[in-house]
Amino acid sequence: MTRAVFHSPEAGIEGFRSRLAAAGIGVLVAFVLLFGRLVQLQVVDRDYYRTRAEDNRIAIVPVVPNRGLVTDRNGVVLARNYSAYTLEITPSKVGDLDATIEELGRLIAIEPRDRKRFRKALAEGKNFESLPIRTRLSDEELARFAANRYRFPGVEIKARLFRQYPRGELASHALGYLGRVSERDLDRIESAEEEANYRGTEHFGKSGVEQKYEFALHGQAGAEQIEVDASGHAVRVLSRTAPVAGNDLVLTLDLRLQEIAEQALGKRRGALVAIEPASGEILAYVSRPGYDPNLFVDGIDPQTWDELNNSPDRPMIDRAISGTYAPGSTFKPYMALAALTLGKRTPGQTIHDPGYFMFGGHQFRDDKKGGHGTVDMYKSIVASCDTYYYMLANDLGIDNISNFMRQFGFGAPTGVDLEGETSGVLPSQEWKRRHFRRPEQQKWYAGETISIGIGQGYNAYTPIQLAQAVATLANDGVMNTPHLVRSVVEARSGRRGPVERQPPAAQAGTPRLHQGCDGRSEPRGHRLARLCRRTVRERGQDRDRPALFAARRKVRGRQGRRAPARPRVVHRLRAPRQAHRGTRGGGGKRRLRRPERRSDRAPGLRLSSARQAGGSRRGRGRSRA
Amino acid sequence: MSLSAALRALPLHPRVLWAKLAAPIDPPLMAIVATLLACGMMVLASASADNPLRLVSQAGNLAVALTLMRIAAQIPPQGLMRLAPPVYVLAVLLLVAVALAGDVSKGARRWLNLGVARIQPSEIMKIAMPMMLAWYFQKREAMAAWHDFVVAALILLLPVGLIAKQPDLGTAVVVAATGLFAIFLAGLSWKLVVPVLAAAAAGVVLLVASGDSICRPEVDWPGLREYQKHRVCTLLDPGSDPLGKGFHTIQSTIALGSGAILGKGWMQGTQAHLEFLPERHTDFIFAVAGEEFGLVGGIALLLLYAALIGRGLMIAAGAPTLFARLLAASLALSYFAYAFVNIGMVSGILPVVGVPLPFVSYGGSALVALLLGVGILMSIQKHRMLVQK
Repeated sequence: MTRAVFHSPEAGIEGFRSRLAAAGIGVLVAFVLLFGRLVQLQVVDRDYYRTRAEDNRIAIVPVVPNRGLVTDRNGVVLARNYSAYTLEITPSKVGDLDATIEELGRLIAIEPRDRKRFRKALAEGKNFESLPIRTRLSDEELARFAANRYRFPGVEIKARLFRQYPRGELASHALGYLGRVSERDLDRIESAEEEANYRGTEHFGKSGVEQKYEFALHGQAGAEQIEVDASGHAVRVLSRTAPVAGNDLVLTLDLRLQEIAEQALGKRRGALVAIEPASGEILAYVSRPGYDPNLFVDGIDPQTWDELNNSPDRPMIDRAISGTYAPGSTFKPYMALAALTLGKRTPGQTIHDPGYFMFGGHQFRDDKKGGHGTVDMYKSIVASCDTYYYMLANDLGIDNISNFMRQFGFGAPTGVDLEGETSGVLPSQEWKRRHFRRPEQQKWYAGETISIGIGQGYNAYTPIQLAQAVATLANDGVMNTPHLVRSVVEARSGRRGPVERQPPAAQAGTPRLHQGCDGRSEPRGHRLARLCRRTVRERGQDRDRPALFAARRKVRGRQGRRAPARPRVVHRLRAPRQAHRGTRGGGGKRRLRRPERRSDRAPGLRLSSARQAGGSRRGRGRSRA
Repeated sequence: MSLSAALRALPLHPRVLWAKLAAPIDPPLMAIVATLLACGMMVLASASADNPLRLVSQAGNLAVALTLMRIAAQIPPQGLMRLAPPVYVLAVLLLVAVALAGDVSKGARRWLNLGVARIQPSEIMKIAMPMMLAWYFQKREAMAAWHDFVVAALILLLPVGLIAKQPDLGTAVVVAATGLFAIFLAGLSWKLVVPVLAAAAAGVVLLVASGDSICRPEVDWPGLREYQKHRVCTLLDPGSDPLGKGFHTIQSTIALGSGAILGKGWMQGTQAHLEFLPERHTDFIFAVAGEEFGLVGGIALLLLYAALIGRGLMIAAGAPTLFARLLAASLALSYFAYAFVNIGMVSGILPVVGVPLPFVSYGGSALVALLLGVGILMSIQKHRMLVQK
């Protein structure tokens, strides 16, 4: 009988009372168990624990490990540590805080900036920890305080390691910065089950690779057994387990190139990303304006913080991964490639460009008054003919365009090893349905497709997406995840550990650029890449050679090859050298030969930069549109 | 105007007012709870020497919780019964909301920010769960069949799963225990209860006996994550991780043991005052009590809890309806679950899960949930004659 299995027949009040009695007996047994345990601890073993409590004068104090260094690909140091003395106050142990600070101020210079920073830390509710009031004490200040120490209970000198960024603002957005451990960071530490390791750690990566590789950089905390007196002050060190320093990071950046790129962008707002197509390594990574990460190291004072955050330039925003911009004419090669792939155009097919394209009674104007006349695909790219692409977009239709562009990673995070990457907007019918609420807004109008063709309209991509797309085109359609960290080097053994990378979000549909249109002719991707190169060459002649170009020659010159460049480069493409020598089906062989030719080739440079034209809000507004 | 005249001018004389206020209060229960609360405040004062404001804040929590207790004591069991399903559904919905949009603090998603206040829906579940199960078994009274226990198990598992997922293992364990008590008392067959208890006991014995061999790093535990294995192994040998999870247990056993029989005296605990003892005003407050008041203090607390549970079970035994009986008994036994898990954890015989010591640990939500339960017990006691069977 199933009933009896679950349910006893003895229902009713008597059954209940007997069960209640059973539960009561259970409670008693459990309490007797606890009582027994307490007797064991507090009577039987009391002497043992008394000794241990005495020994607890011996405190286990964590020793914070040295954080790993960050260098560029050539070993130039970008982030290191230095040790300095700080003057610290434990607010809960100090009676009159203001008076104490006032008194201290007579011994040691305490700037209003220091006070503000201290107040801020205090306001964060950390009054049980010791909080720095002054950092980087000089020897003289040290001596002066030591002589007066007895007057200041609750005030201590501590030696601490500080992060230093010797190159200041250079590559600040790639590097990121360290700040004091916040509540949110504590959550991260706890979910990573790293609490024990972070006892005593005060700083935590807040952005850039400092944030992304926080746990790799941090290292293993050591422990010191310290004898303390009754008030908890350390008397002597009894034993010590050495900490293990954090791993060093070797970045993919080339600082020489980075400097040049930053100079090239100058005071303009915008971003620039240069990727080595064959590997996805980021050679230069700029978002302007930047900030000096050294400002955050010993706690930024509120005023500077406000200035940084409220500046209309928004220097704290990493435009390369979180700013989204219309790609403009850089979109055209992909449109042309879509046309070739989907068979909507052949390279020689011409159109007539009267200087505008009429659609639905609306005139879409070309850049050039009067138009470019007869235009084929080559000319369309070299002259950046808008009309050609208005028409093409109309012929392709929005679904074809968005499905094709998705393969290049447009509108999806690239998976770069940084936090806070946005996905941008790859316009499609589906995107519009999802993003707008009102039915009339949700509908896709054919007229909206037209400006998509020239990289305008709803198009909004991050600079790094664009750089990745260009790199993919240059790399025969093989997509690599862009990354900033080349290797993680174990500090002790010097062993290079593997770096985990997430595959690019768009990997599913790697564009097959190595196929020719008819199986015989030159592969499409190569043709496009060659075209783009020609564009750069031809249009680059009539302008001043830019700083970027000259400097790049300086960097790469040693390797004996110079690349064409043009001023105010928006993007630049170069195909592998043999690319346009025809196919003859020897793809595999060609690849094999490539490495030995490396030496005489400049590593291909794929640049993508976006400049913000009208005010900093434009990019942000667009990404929300 | 003289004082007596002023008093007379009041709409209610203070004595009448007091009588009205105290009417639904059960004196023995109130006496036990008041003693516990007083002891709790005393220990908390010592544990909060670094931050006296905490005491003020706890007094505020206490005022709110006592008011709610008084209100709960007024609601007759029929009212509680009507409230049970909506309260339960609301609590489950809030738990779902926490899972979707809760605030994360210290690695767990437990809090729901309602704009005016932050609440911890798992605390509501501590009351809602026994109410709901009691309601269900009342509805199925006299026709309870095996599938009713399956339904009851589902009622229990849904919120317990949500709480465990936050993750808040401690609260999940206590809520699960409360529900299991209710199901047991509703008449789950001994044929199921006995083997499960026996198997659990055997498992614990086996684990303790073979602790050394299975905790070696190369041994994988099937079905368990590395950190879960770590937690159990740390319990078996706290010395294996002195800076991490074992730190709490090591320091709390030292605090208890060094307190010996009579304790070091109020405010004299070195473990607590030299800040060796972590979480000393919340989950590990029993160690402060044990260090400063010794075995005597520990026994006093155990006796107070035993008295509280005993009074609760007496109220359950005298209750007229199945709903009232089950609700009173499972509430009383939930205090047992709290106290046992907490003291077991502090004294190092149970794993470290976050369960506060009832009526003693610092914390507003927990205090409210506990005293609401007391209020319900009082209501059941006071209304026992008025309800017709």
